[in-house]
Amino acid sequence: MNETIYALATARGRAGVAVVRVSGPQTFSAVSQLTGELPAHGRSLRSIRSLIGETIDQALVLTFQSPDSFTGEDVVELHLHGSIAIVDRVLRELGALPGLRFAEAGEFSRRALENGKLDLAQIEGLADLIDAETEAQRLQAMRVFSGELGTLVDSWRARLLRAAALLEAMIDFADEDVPQDVTPEVVELMTAVRTELQVQSDGVAFAERVRAGFEVAIIGPPNAGKSSLLNRMAGRDAAITSQEPGTTRDVIEVYMDLGGFPVTLIDTAGLRDAESEVEKIGIERGGARAQQADLRLYLAEEEPTIDRKSVDFVVQTKIDQNPAWGDLVISSKTGAGIDALRDTIVQKLTSQVNKGSVALRARHRDAMGRAMVYLQSACELLECGGDSELAAQDIRSAIQDLGQIIGYIGVEDLLGEIFSSFCIGK
Amino acid sequence: MKHVDFDVIVIGGGHAGCEAAHVAARVGAKTALITMKAGTIGEMSCNPAIGGLGKGHLVREIDALGGIMARVADYAGIQFRLLNRSKGPAVQGPRAQSDRERYRTKMQEEMAAQERLSVIEQEIVDIAVDAGAVSGVTLADGTTVSAKKVVLTTGTFLRGKIFIGKSQQAGGRMGERPSTPLAERLELLGLAFGRLKTGTPPRLKSSTIDWSVLELQAGDVDPTFFSFESARAQCPQVSCGITHTNERTHEIIRDNLEQSAMYGGMIDGVGPRYCPSIEDKVVRFQDKTSHQVFLEPEGLNSDLVYPNGVSTSLPLDVQESYIHSMAGLEKTEIAQPGYAIEYDYVDPRNLTHALELKELNGLFLAGQINGTTGYEEAAAQGLVAGLNAALSAENHEQVRFSRATSYIGVMVDDLVTRGVSEPYRMFTSRAEFRLHLRADNADQRLTQWGYDLGCVSEARYALFLAKMDALNALRERLDARKFTASELNAVDVRIGSGNSSRIGTVALELADCTVDKLAQIEPKLASADASIATQVQNDCRYVTYIKRQEREVKALQEAEGVLIPSDLDYAFIPGLSNELSQKMMAARPSTLKDAATVDGVTPAALLLISGAVRRHGYDLKHDRKNAV
Repeated sequence: MNETIYALATARGRAGVAVVRVSGPQTFSAVSQLTGELPAHGRSLRSIRSLIGETIDQALVLTFQSPDSFTGEDVVELHLHGSIAIVDRVLRELGALPGLRFAEAGEFSRRALENGKLDLAQIEGLADLIDAETEAQRLQAMRVFSGELGTLVDSWRARLLRAAALLEAMIDFADEDVPQDVTPEVVELMTAVRTELQVQSDGVAFAERVRAGFEVAIIGPPNAGKSSLLNRMAGRDAAITSQEPGTTRDVIEVYMDLGGFPVTLIDTAGLRDAESEVEKIGIERGGARAQQADLRLYLAEEEPTIDRKSVDFVVQTKIDQNPAWGDLVISSKTGAGIDALRDTIVQKLTSQVNKGSVALRARHRDAMGRAMVYLQSACELLECGGDSELAAQDIRSAIQDLGQIIGYIGVEDLLGEIFSSFCIGK
Repeated sequence: MKHVDFDVIVIGGGHAGCEAAHVAARVGAKTALITMKAGTIGEMSCNPAIGGLGKGHLVREIDALGGIMARVADYAGIQFRLLNRSKGPAVQGPRAQSDRERYRTKMQEEMAAQERLSVIEQEIVDIAVDAGAVSGVTLADGTTVSAKKVVLTTGTFLRGKIFIGKSQQAGGRMGERPSTPLAERLELLGLAFGRLKTGTPPRLKSSTIDWSVLELQAGDVDPTFFSFESARAQCPQVSCGITHTNERTHEIIRDNLEQSAMYGGMIDGVGPRYCPSIEDKVVRFQDKTSHQVFLEPEGLNSDLVYPNGVSTSLPLDVQESYIHSMAGLEKTEIAQPGYAIEYDYVDPRNLTHALELKELNGLFLAGQINGTTGYEEAAAQGLVAGLNAALSAENHEQVRFSRATSYIGVMVDDLVTRGVSEPYRMFTSRAEFRLHLRADNADQRLTQWGYDLGCVSEARYALFLAKMDALNALRERLDARKFTASELNAVDVRIGSGNSSRIGTVALELADCTVDKLAQIEPKLASADASIATQVQNDCRYVTYIKRQEREVKALQEAEGVLIPSDLDYAFIPGLSNELSQKMMAARPSTLKDAATVDGVTPAALLLISGAVRRHGYDLKHDRKNAV
């Protein structure tokens, strides 16, 4: 049986409150040696005493009885005063109790997974939730943590299971009273799942960006005011600015929260035929980074002749000095138009959020990608009257791959679906 | 050395017992088959048919290992049909109606003809145990017969109870006693038992059926046999009749449900979902107003007909009345009422992959006692148990059937690792390597192995080698010639004209390519034997898919020797079920081979684990997340 584990659940260091969590079968008996008898469910204010009876702290003690807890086991949370000394002492006292040990990294969530409180995707969502720094990251992680991906995968699996069961029934019960032409229903089920998979798969790239951060590159001719804009948006002098064209030689990056999105703003060297070797390299590097960025802002004082499709926004700078010719006009000096530009960028990102997927990781996308290949093969086989056992094999592989996102599926599920749908048996 | 009467004693003369005794004797063990009634050896107590989907595959595998079921079924076959003829070869299953009497007679002849095999007619009341291992059996008269190994195949006879309506009687089969003392003995070993039920339909008198109004179903014109040795039908062939239940039938059944033993709460056992009683069908599928009923003749000289599809535990008068409600059966007489039978089975998770009890060395269990249903499933287990009993009696290593090479392996593995929750029947969908485990290549998969183990005769082996030579010769001829896309198009093989030319076996991977078509292009191929050509075609047909599966199998085998790090975190293996990760954490196997033996592990799970082991080195180099 599982051992009882404990660990500090909040960040280490001085704070108002520090939470120590204990989980496992011996939780109540162990913790009550420090707190006195505890209610099975609820909260109480207790003195935490050492085994030799000295008072360590006054703490709010929350008790959760299995299975109604985060891990699914008996859990106690000690809400201590956030002092390093108190926390260390309490952890030492817990460690001295027989049968208790310090939790390994991730062990509480692992137990939640083992006990079916969370699926694999939810565990990933939880990790993202804890790491979330911006609102968009929080929203996205919350969708996964709340089980949206699991629900989707369940629905795909259920439909593919039905499709596989229809085919399997035709194969294994050919001499029985089962419907004969199931191809239309099977193809319909698979097509619907494929469409949904495609949508999710397409959205993974965006979701990954929300997790890892977007890159917005500022490009344009020298002395267009690129570094000034960077400094203005960053709210500090991150880049050196001067009247001299070609001041920025290397790529300068500033990380910021832009309307809830994690964004790295990238300043690049102005585009011109440089004579200096160093500046040339700088321009090349900047160009390469701008290519990979999610958005490109082209800054210019005068109306440029570039292909507008090659950039996302053309921004007219130094509006305090010139008449306006563009839709987006700013002055980094006066601050005019900066808020509008920021809103425009955020709007552009927000417009893609809806295309975002609840599948967040390359692991999810790979699994979905493999499943789509198998489903396409199965559809083609069935539509040209090919072997149903091959199509069935493809669907199985697809179910297997999708199942890997959250769990495993066995043949008994398949037979279960068959038997609940048909009257088998002569 | 201590004298023992027999190397192997097999208890029970059903399908499991016959196959077990025969294979034990074949591989050289001095063997006794002990049964309560020698006259019922080889009795088909349920429907008079062998084979089907999954089941036919099992029979072919038994034959590939020199077993007897296929030969006997071919001898007794009065109607042969290859099921799924329109589908691919992997899911085609041979099936045959049998003449019940010919089957039994032939089986008894086979047993009598086998060297080193004695048949003893006695009731066994106890298993003799000495120093923690089986030492023989105790007969009803008190004498003990000693043996190194014992195979128990008592079917439904363990505390068997028969139900017809409200009446019930103890019995293992209609008119035969159950073996209750043996059940008590097994109970003493502390084994986990379960209770299952199964049913049979009433038997009808053929002479009272109006066959003229019935649709008839004949066998295949070109019959497919079970044994690789059989070439032609050995007795006259007959047709089956088909009739249907109707609204009136269903009404009669609904009105009398409370009189059914199964619905009246008298039976606790779990019945098979795929073989429901007519009561079940009417209740569970209320929107279906008619069910098919096959009228299967029980033999050439028998007046009995087995109405397949209407098994029941209703009282006799209700049986009569619903039978009479069907077309063609209005005046039909019932020769023997249908009944339900409830019996004990031993949880097969008590067994090793050799079907030997973990708790009692030397005692093997096979057949329905392990929670399975069907003659074929029973016979296949008999083969596994008898073979391993004989091997271990001679102090040879036991053998394990692999899921990757046989349906037998799939079944044994399912049974001993997962147990059963309803009577276990073989389906092709249970085999993850279904495309490779075909009925037509059972010999290629198993005969060499069987020969090496000593259970395949020299004569059969010579036949096998000749076939392999013919297959290889044809493959060589096919590969000696390249076929261009336009040549293939000319004989109606669909392939884009841009494709490069390909050798014969690669051309046969195309969905509509056959050896016949290639022979139109290359006349040298025209002389190929039809069955050999079909076999090569089948081998080529699935090649892409089989390669995919082979990669999985190979990864598995290569991985078997791989060491599993002791700190491998099973809970974070994507796709591994909670149940399995817990078992793994409890067992902490040191290699993947050991992992494979952990209760409940599937090949898919092993793949996941081997992937995790590969990634493990990588993970260590990267900081893991803090406790959250």
